Amino acid sequence: MKLIEACNDFVVKFANVNGSGSASANELFARSILRMGVPVAPRNIFPSNIQGLPTWYEVRVHEKGYQGRRGGVDLMVAMNPQTWDQDVREIEPGGYLFYDSTRPIPKPKLREDIRLIGMPLTEICNATYTDARQRQLFKNIIYVGALAALMEIDPEEIERLFSEQYRGKEALLQSNVKALRLGYDYANEHLDGPIGLKVERADAVGDKIFIDGNSAAALGAVYGGATVCAWYPITPSSSVAEGFIKYCQKYRADKESGRNNYAIVQAEDELASIGMAIGAGWNGARAFTATSGPGISLMQEFIGLAYFAEIPVVLVDVQRGGPSTGMPTRTQQSDLYACAYASHGDTKHVLLFPKDPAECFDHTAQAFDLAERLQTPVFVMTDLDIGMNTRLCEPLKWDDAHRYDRGKVMSFEDLEAGKEFGRYNDIDGDGIAYRTYPGTHPSRGAYFTRGTTKDRFARYSEAGPDYVENMERLLRKFETAKGLAPAPIAYSGEKPSELGAIFYGSTTPAMEEAIDVLAERGIQLDALRVQAFPFHDDVANFIARHRAVFVVEQNRDGQLRSMIVNEIGVDPARLQAVLHYDGTPITARFIVDQIAQYAAVRSLASGKKAAATKGA
Amino acid sequence: MTYLAKPKLHHPDLQANSRGYTRRDYEGKISTLCAGCGHDSISAAVVQACFELEIEPARVAKLSGIGCSSKTTDYFLGNSHGFNSVHGRMPSVLTGANLANRELIYLGVSGDGDSASIGLGQFAHCMRRGVNMVYLVENNGVYGLTKGQFSATADKGSKSKRGVVNNDEPVDMIGLALMLGASFVGRSFSGDKQQLVPLIKAAIEHPGPAFIDVISPCVAFNNHAGSTRSYDYVREHNEAVNRLDFISARSEITVGYAPGEVAEIVQHDGSRLRLRKIAADYDPTNHSAVMNHLQERTEAGEIVTGLLYVNPNPSDLHQYLNTTDRPLNTLGEAELCPGSAALEKFNAGLR
Repeated sequence: MKLIEACNDFVVKFANVNGSGSASANELFARSILRMGVPVAPRNIFPSNIQGLPTWYEVRVHEKGYQGRRGGVDLMVAMNPQTWDQDVREIEPGGYLFYDSTRPIPKPKLREDIRLIGMPLTEICNATYTDARQRQLFKNIIYVGALAALMEIDPEEIERLFSEQYRGKEALLQSNVKALRLGYDYANEHLDGPIGLKVERADAVGDKIFIDGNSAAALGAVYGGATVCAWYPITPSSSVAEGFIKYCQKYRADKESGRNNYAIVQAEDELASIGMAIGAGWNGARAFTATSGPGISLMQEFIGLAYFAEIPVVLVDVQRGGPSTGMPTRTQQSDLYACAYASHGDTKHVLLFPKDPAECFDHTAQAFDLAERLQTPVFVMTDLDIGMNTRLCEPLKWDDAHRYDRGKVMSFEDLEAGKEFGRYNDIDGDGIAYRTYPGTHPSRGAYFTRGTTKDRFARYSEAGPDYVENMERLLRKFETAKGLAPAPIAYSGEKPSELGAIFYGSTTPAMEEAIDVLAERGIQLDALRVQAFPFHDDVANFIARHRAVFVVEQNRDGQLRSMIVNEIGVDPARLQAVLHYDGTPITARFIVDQIAQYAAVRSLASGKKAAATKGA
Repeated sequence: MTYLAKPKLHHPDLQANSRGYTRRDYEGKISTLCAGCGHDSISAAVVQACFELEIEPARVAKLSGIGCSSKTTDYFLGNSHGFNSVHGRMPSVLTGANLANRELIYLGVSGDGDSASIGLGQFAHCMRRGVNMVYLVENNGVYGLTKGQFSATADKGSKSKRGVVNNDEPVDMIGLALMLGASFVGRSFSGDKQQLVPLIKAAIEHPGPAFIDVISPCVAFNNHAGSTRSYDYVREHNEAVNRLDFISARSEITVGYAPGEVAEIVQHDGSRLRLRKIAADYDPTNHSAVMNHLQERTEAGEIVTGLLYVNPNPSDLHQYLNTTDRPLNTLGEAELCPGSAALEKFNAGLR
């Protein structure tokens, strides 16, 4: 049996029972590797459950810093008897299985092509602790200690993490250090370490930060000047609003009065959440809601109202598998249609696609400027993979010289000076008209807000020409949005390729890795990361420059691909869909396989064609 | 007909209030509702109340849902911003607007379909949250704009114009408002201006969630024999518990009543509610007694009107949320953005 030997490049997966306290221990493991200067990309794979169902934590260690999921498992820490068979099966040949050997495991339950590392964890805990909860919780810390010994992780880094976490809580600190040492020493004495998977100190983390996308989006809303948040709990978006509460408490309480420069309401449902955000946006406050697919469905009527009545509002959609009893704890990019064309009538909305937590921060903050400039709903399309997983990314940045773009708003002075006010009167030709906040002027600038039964001065009208004029203006406004939303980012190799790939959002890390792997295999690929809808002209140009273009995304129907076909008018045959939608994050391996397969078939076909031509 | 511009001509003798506004300055577009519609009388009462209170018209925000009642916000206070939102969702839009700027007066206008059917949830939660607003339900027991279907406030056993008998229990909006925390609850009749105007005035000045149910006959679809929302039926069954006079904190007290028949309630802001008692021993500040009385009178087939309940020391959502006095929509970068130095510190904690 040849065992896997790898340094700073492997995958460890923890199989646990939900609610057993494993999450913090597993994150401790991931952080300790980070502290050794080696990038990690951890992912929680969890059920829709509070206690009892299986949960996994997968840590990808990679010195180059690839943040995508790799696929495959080199070391399985199998702590859940319920999923034992499946977990053992998943280990790569030559990999490692770490397990609790307190009770003997029958031979057929084990594999011969992997190395078995049994440690009597329960026995050790029972001998050391009397309290049942302690036995459970410290078991997790003990295995982290043992893994540190087996993989040469510096235990002092873990102790430092403990001392940061339990600052001022001496008893907790000591008991955790004791459990860690118990596992570490036992492994050194009894287990034949170190194993082939090793962590070696490096300097590959730099000033990067370790944060989840929902927290980053929440902070982005604080920096972006949101003052009103209305929300309804739904996985995987709840921690956006909860993060906003936390950061507002920290940053937004008035220092002198102690009063809050924000208002947050947990509404009775998603309809009320978006209604409140729209009411606040109408009245001149920066407002947002955070939700996921089913919430977007419930908000449809209101989103249409905001589109037609032209009210700024920001929606953070942390996408998951649909529908309501779908896969709430699994990831997808499958709300694109639902958001891009949300509501009845002819509607189109601005979407932003952040790739990681740092961009969740940037895009959420920017969304408020866009929403107010464009006077329309703006969607920040994150997903569970980046929203709920802690990810290594660039530090968050803010330019203190940046001023909020409050858009076209007529002030008291403007009205007093006699500037003509027509709420839907496009005087600048960019499709955006001036608005007023309620209460601005005693006798000028008031208007009645309704859907589309209006003329350019907001007077009641059901006349066809008024309707058409309004709808045409909304299209002009959507054109304006193209130039304001973040432009796509191009990736090109040394020489131009005739193969291109378009991707967005959380697919980015897997795609970046796939580009490297394909290049190593001799397949050159240009790529374009779309950051927003409506599509920038660069998207059409990119497609025109390439013979075949892959559209890589995480949904069944190729939603972005269809939107490109429809909006740009591209021949569908030119766009190859590469689709991953089983609820797990897309992997570089998957993308490489799909594209390499296509490339092989194409070169085979063109080879045959060449041979046939030669024969003739 | 809104395509006919309302003439700007003012009668030279038209009285102006201390702000220099005449009653006409509080009017809106010409109503498109049916002639004789109770809702138009309510609009007129709103105009009168705002004129008498000497409110700056632009300081009112009018929000509504969908339906005949919700259209009326275009027919009064033409110098105020109005928002005709979506069916049954006025409360959430108003809540958000109120959070954005606590300094305006928020008038939510809704109907029985809008609030008791499709919007029952939002009505309930808005009351629970204590949004500082006047919630006016123009209650005719019928869907007018879609031509005569029963609404959820139609009484059990009442007959539609087509002769269909309603078998469903009515939603008691007054009872719900009381249960869910409205701190001002009143009921009136669109045909009783004497009662309605002071009630609206008092509700506007009440610094908390104020709910008024106004029975408003639908002349097109619910004004026939067998209806319990017709002009005749309501006049016959109306049992007023009191007659109200509202005296704002800044006005002189000039209205006089003989002692013994008047109850005066001084509100937190110094304004006074003077109630000429009709029902003996009716105390509108006693929550459980009010609930009992209403239950008994309803069972007796009476429609109890007047100021039904008031909490003289109400609180509101802004108080609960501890929001700053400045309207949130006036805050800028200085108050809202923690800046790059704070972000550096934040980053440092995540390494």
